[in-house]
Order: sequence, then C-alpha cells, then structure tokens
Amino acid sequence: MRGKSLLACVYVLASVLAASAPALAHGLIGKRFFPATLATDDPFVADELSLPTISYLKLRGTDEAPPTHQIDLSAEFSKRLSPDLGVSLSGTFTILDPDGGSAVSGFDNLEVAAKYVFFKSAAHELLLALGLSWDVGGTGSKKVDAESFDTWTPQLFFGKGFGDLPDQLELMKPFALTGAFGLAVPSRVHTKTFETDEDGNVDVKKPLNPTVFKWGGSIQYNLQYLQSYVRDVGLPAPINRMIPIVEFALETPLDGRNAGRTTGTVNPGIIWFGRYFQLGIEAVIPVNHDVSKNVGALAQIHFYLDDILPQVFTWTPFHGVLGPTQPQ
Amino acid sequence: MSRLLAVAALLLVPGWVEAHAFPDHSEPRVGHTLEASPPSVRIWFDGRIEPVFSTIRVEDAEKRRVDKGDSRVDPADGTLLEVGLPALASGRYRVFWSVVARDGHRTDGDFAFRVK
Repeated sequence: MRGKSLLACVYVLASVLAASAPALAHGLIGKRFFPATLATDDPFVADELSLPTISYLKLRGTDEAPPTHQIDLSAEFSKRLSPDLGVSLSGTFTILDPDGGSAVSGFDNLEVAAKYVFFKSAAHELLLALGLSWDVGGTGSKKVDAESFDTWTPQLFFGKGFGDLPDQLELMKPFALTGAFGLAVPSRVHTKTFETDEDGNVDVKKPLNPTVFKWGGSIQYNLQYLQSYVRDVGLPAPINRMIPIVEFALETPLDGRNAGRTTGTVNPGIIWFGRYFQLGIEAVIPVNHDVSKNVGALAQIHFYLDDILPQVFTWTPFHGVLGPTQPQ
Repeated sequence: MSRLLAVAALLLVPGWVEAHAFPDHSEPRVGHTLEASPPSVRIWFDGRIEPVFSTIRVEDAEKRRVDKGDSRVDPADGTLLEVGLPALASGRYRVFWSVVARDGHRTDGDFAFRVK
C-alpha cells in the first residue's frame, strides 16, 4: 500500500508538469516571424510537426515519495483546415524513475486541440486566437497516472511584435510577446479510489480534480528581425537566425486544497530557425519548490511541413492547397 | 526504423523544395549611415525569388519615391533584388521590398538607411 502511495505522490507532481505539455505553432504576421515555442502555445495555426520534444526534471521528494526523475518524450502534428483554423494531435511518453525505486513508463493521454485566429494586424504585428483542447481521458497508461476522465481547456492566445515602436526605440523593435490563457475543466469533479489495508479494511477516497487556470507565454528577441529590418550589426550565421527567449508556463488551481497556489516553470533558452525546421533548447527553472528544487532541460526539433512540401501538407478540405504559412 | 530514416532524409534534403525567402544581407546595410549617396540598393535573399513578382522601392523621409523604378532580380543571381538610385541628398531613406519565393510564398519587409 505504501508503494502505491509513493507512486501516487509522484504522479501528482508529474501531472502538474504534464499539464504544461507542449502544443506549438509558428507563423508570420507582417514581417514578424514567430517561432514555435517549446513550453507554451502561440496564436498561429500551421502545418507542422514537433518531433521530438524532450524534457527532463527531477521532481521534489516528499514525506511519502522519493525524489523522482521525470523524462517526457512528446510529439505533435498540426494541420490547417483553412487559413485561420487548425487542429492538432499530440502525445507524450513519460518515464518516471524514483530514487531507490523501479522506473515506470507509459503514454499520457492523447490531446486533441483546435484553434481559430480571429484577429490579425500586419501593421501592428498582432494576432489573436481562440482555442479548445481536449485531453482525452482513458487513452493513456494508468502506470503514469493518465487520467480516466476528460479535461477541456478553452484558451485565448495572443502574439504581439514591437516593430511598430517609434524609430527612437529601434533596438526594442525585435522584441515580441506571446501569451496563452486557459481554464482546464475536468469532466469529473471527483475521482473515487479504493484502497485495502493489511486487515482487509477498504478505504474509499474521493480526491477533488481541480479546475486549473493555465497561463503563460514568452518574451523573445528576434535577431533576424534586428539584422534584416532594424540594424545590420554584422551577426554571422547561425547567430543571425537565433531568437533568445524566456518562456513562462504556469498554472493556478482554482479550487481544492491547493487553490490559488501557482506552480510552473520559467524557461530561458535559444531557438534557431532555418527554412524548413527549427531547433530549440531551454533550461526549466521551477518558480517555487512545490514541484522541484532542481533545474531541468527542454529541447525540441520542429519541422515546418508547410514549407517542406507545401503541395502535400497544406491541402485543406474547403480551401484547396494553402501553400506555406503566409505573411499577412 | 528504415522508414523513419527515409522520412527524416526526405525532410532534410536541401535544395529540392522552396520556403520563406528572408533577406540575408543588403547594400546599403540595414540601419547604417553612408558618407555618400549609393548607386543602388541591393538585397540578397536566402533563396531564389520570382523576378515577375518581386519588387523594391525607396522613399525619402517625406514618403516620396526616389528610386529609378528599374527594380529587378539579377539574371545571373536569382537571390539578388536591386534598384538604381539617383544622387540622394542628405537624409533618411526607407527601402520597401516584396518578394515571392519560387513556391509562390510572399514575404515583405522594409528597412532604413541614412546619407550624410
């Protein structure tokens, strides 16, 4: 029984991290290029493939569970159905390796998402979108505590470049922000579990599945934007295609015993983008010690399918072949 | 595994597909100040661009067009877009460009330079 409790604690911590599983897009608005971010979502819809996204973090030990190494291997495929509407499918394989214990592994639940871009301003490098993601309960492995219930998350996204600043602030123009705000609503308020002790007594538990406010985004400085549109400072390749970035992936339960207590990570890193794919690497720094006391890592290879084979990957049922993600 | 490698190779083979055309470098250099009026504005892109649909123009600080209107893609270098300039007076100028990559993908941009 104690073993199950240990694993349960590990899984609670792991699920906190899994809640910020990557769901990504890239795109152009005006002359601004936004890369696919690694830990949070951005407002674009695109035809693209993240394969793989690899994250590592050592989870904090508790009174009942030892410190545990968590490794997530994720993939996501995104497809446009129209110029402004896209869907995505993502999955994560999780490995949990507790200190002094046996490692367990398995797939987390599949996630299906849709996103609609409802506002674009090329002049102001501004994009707004609405999305809905569905964590499909029961599709993952119980070994890694994939939930048996669905979770629905309506979301609002924005992306804003600062190319419209006055020329006196020209070195600020390469800055851009993205943001994502969502409410993760579980389809089941309580999950009933049964535990039997050595004496045969059955203990029924009904822990609350909280509604969680998920919020995050990124601040990024695009060196290609600096070099091509603001000031040629002589950066050589590959630095002239790099984007220093800091991502924030946070969440705050709105009910339950942890209501109001924010957890998550701040991820400083670098993204390099080419014509057909991008590479990204970030440090994963917990905002407090609730989840981890250690710094982890996150890395990704991300393919721009709409640029690699636009005639194949950008076909849509109602708008024909869209071609690459177009600047507006 | 062999199928996976084949797909990876397909995705990474350069040169047989086209994508966004981004500027690589230009003359005059973006945001720089020149001692004398340049004879032309030249922008090199990171991929071949369509001559028919790729344009470039130069405006002065009062938004008056000042280039010679002879914008073209260099026939010997499909990545180079250029336009001639008359003798420019001292001041700030802005270059506006619009290019279409070989796959039909349009990219637009602009940058400024100064003449002393």
